[in-house]
Amino acid sequence: MFKEMNDLFQWAWLIPFLPFLSFLLIALVTKRSKRLSSTISILAILTSLGLAIGIGIGVIQSGSQVVENPVLTTVNWLSIAGLQIDFGTLIDPMSAMMLFVVTLVASMVQIYSIGYMHGDPGFSRYYAFQSLFAASMLGMVLATNLLQLFIFWELVGLCSYLLIGFWFFKVSAREAAKKAFITTRVGDFGLLLGILFLYNQFGTLDFYGPGSLSVQMATSFQDFALIGGVSYLTVMAVLVFIGPIGKSGQFPLHVWLPDAMEGPTPVSALIHAATMVVAGVYLVARMFFLFDNASPFALQLVAGMGAFTAIFAATIAIAQDDIKRILAYSTLSQLGYMMFALGVGSLTASMFHLMTHAFFKALMFLGAGSVIHALHEKQNIWDMGGLWKKMPITGTTFFIGVLAISGIPPFAGFFSKDEILAAALHNGHPVIFAVGLFTAFLTAFYMSRLFFVAFMGKEKPENHPHESPWVMTLPLIILAFFSIVGGWVALPEHNFGYFVHYGEFHHEGIDWTIASISILAGVLGIGLAYITYVTRAIKAENVVARFPGVYKLLKNKYYIDEIYLWFIHKVMDGIVAKVLYWFDLYIIDGIVNGLAFLTRGSGRVLRKTTTGQLQTYALVFFFAVVVIYIVFALGEGQLSTLNPAAMLGGVK
Amino acid sequence: MSISVGLGSYLLVGAMLFCLGLYGVFVKRNIIAILMSIELMLNAVNINFVAFSRFAPWADPGTNPLIGQVAAIFVIVVAAAEIAVGLALVIAIYRNRRTTNVDEFNWLKW
Repeated sequence: MFKEMNDLFQWAWLIPFLPFLSFLLIALVTKRSKRLSSTISILAILTSLGLAIGIGIGVIQSGSQVVENPVLTTVNWLSIAGLQIDFGTLIDPMSAMMLFVVTLVASMVQIYSIGYMHGDPGFSRYYAFQSLFAASMLGMVLATNLLQLFIFWELVGLCSYLLIGFWFFKVSAREAAKKAFITTRVGDFGLLLGILFLYNQFGTLDFYGPGSLSVQMATSFQDFALIGGVSYLTVMAVLVFIGPIGKSGQFPLHVWLPDAMEGPTPVSALIHAATMVVAGVYLVARMFFLFDNASPFALQLVAGMGAFTAIFAATIAIAQDDIKRILAYSTLSQLGYMMFALGVGSLTASMFHLMTHAFFKALMFLGAGSVIHALHEKQNIWDMGGLWKKMPITGTTFFIGVLAISGIPPFAGFFSKDEILAAALHNGHPVIFAVGLFTAFLTAFYMSRLFFVAFMGKEKPENHPHESPWVMTLPLIILAFFSIVGGWVALPEHNFGYFVHYGEFHHEGIDWTIASISILAGVLGIGLAYITYVTRAIKAENVVARFPGVYKLLKNKYYIDEIYLWFIHKVMDGIVAKVLYWFDLYIIDGIVNGLAFLTRGSGRVLRKTTTGQLQTYALVFFFAVVVIYIVFALGEGQLSTLNPAAMLGGVK
Repeated sequence: MSISVGLGSYLLVGAMLFCLGLYGVFVKRNIIAILMSIELMLNAVNINFVAFSRFAPWADPGTNPLIGQVAAIFVIVVAAAEIAVGLALVIAIYRNRRTTNVDEFNWLKW
């Protein structure tokens, strides 16, 4: 049984390969035909989806075997003395889950894009990028070692850049693409440093298998103090974590994600909500053995950073008016949720929330895209209203998404959020539990605010919305289905946690005390939004009038962008750049000019020796020969060997 | 007192001739004279070749393979060719510069 499954797992490389093939085909052959390009791309990703489902079923059937022993299929990629890097595929429940999520959301988004991108002049290019993204993301999920992961990590970053800047004729899109690329690069630098240091210490970058990082850390490796008592592994864990801070939009480097909404909406759904941004969470989960073996500080950092991001982004989302930006800040907040789930030590809860979040957030982004499409590029929620009647499918599926993210049972978000909160409380992090709970309340509030304002209330006479075509509503329905049932995998005996966990597996049922508290938080949030924005018992304007400072702060996203701008303009351009300019002008240029001056001066003196007189040269040559002869003769004391008579063997 | 003319005498003559040639190369101003001095130096070498060939202890004492003599003749031939080229250059320079004074041949400097 397991043997057969192994054979199936060996073909996992096809999953990223097919979209890559489709990228090449579209880019090189079928670019002129829009219909053919989209068909190829969708066929490739659907085939990958089929394979991913097959692998998922295989993993479930092989049960504990594959849970304990990830199936590795590798080929040697780079082999020089002291450097062995393999490329391959790693199948364990976590990667199987990611494969399913990524291929599912990617296929839904690609089908949806037929409608959304209809008539766009860059239609084929769009599908080429989509395929390339799918290939890179799937390759990253399957990576067997850190370097392979890093290569695909950068590739998804590239695709993100290309797709954010897809409408490159818009200045804002260009700027957003650059911002995303450069901001994530800051994080990637830390990750790269971590990879290099780890390789230097361990001589391998493999996650699992004989002699791999996890095995060495678990058995033979002795941790040692590196900087001021902080242990080596802790420093490595922090360095590795800097990558996810950039990629998954954790607090100081989160600024790129809201701006990334300049890209087409399906791109936001796929890359900036469901898949690429969770790459950081996935990386931390993959490297969890590193964080586990490091001192508790590493995980505390992850937890603290995640919890702060969760509440920080949630408070910003309350005061935003742009439908996509609300969803973007919601994504940041939920990413923070996943991070602190890892930080409190629950790999299961984090991966579970990653999966459910991918379903309902992709659903809501695609729903938002459907609305924007119907209203001809209007994105401000106050310009919408009463859309539910005109767009029943979009409205209903969006409502399912809102319920799911608010943690109302039996929708998917309830199960994963409950598991995270339970893990935080049970593992002794009451503060983080409280932050998570309050964030859940805020989440329910701002998501229902968005829903009530945009979909209910009065219709605007200037809008003439119409329901989107079936290629756009079908993915919504499918994702809504998963947003409902996605959480039910927590229920059976061999539940999600049985497959995806770290360390010993403990079966835990739903803790109904915590569950009811979190449901209460969700209901409270929705209820508050209802009385504020539907019945208007509380006037939002009055609240704003009472706390103008707070509102302004939230509206302007805590002025983080302004602070960065100030920092770059005043500090970097103003002080640091001036100092470096002076240094360049006087020190660097001084050295270079000094060298040139020295060369010129010595040339001026030495050229007197070039008289052009042949006889002078001959004289110098002659005396040089004499000097060499004398030096050789006296210095070595071997005058006799140069004696012609002696050379001839003593002629009489 | 017997005066034997041995290898040393030949080498001495050769060395003197070589030094004369060297001196001429260094001090003469006329390019033709310098070429002649070079010929002197070459012929000093020829004397050495022949002298060594005559006095060297050969493996088979009965037969002298005449290697030195061959080398000397070779040098004479090459010297003839060299002087032909050299004089051609001198004529070419003279046509341009109207001089054979090497002090004025200094346009190969900075």
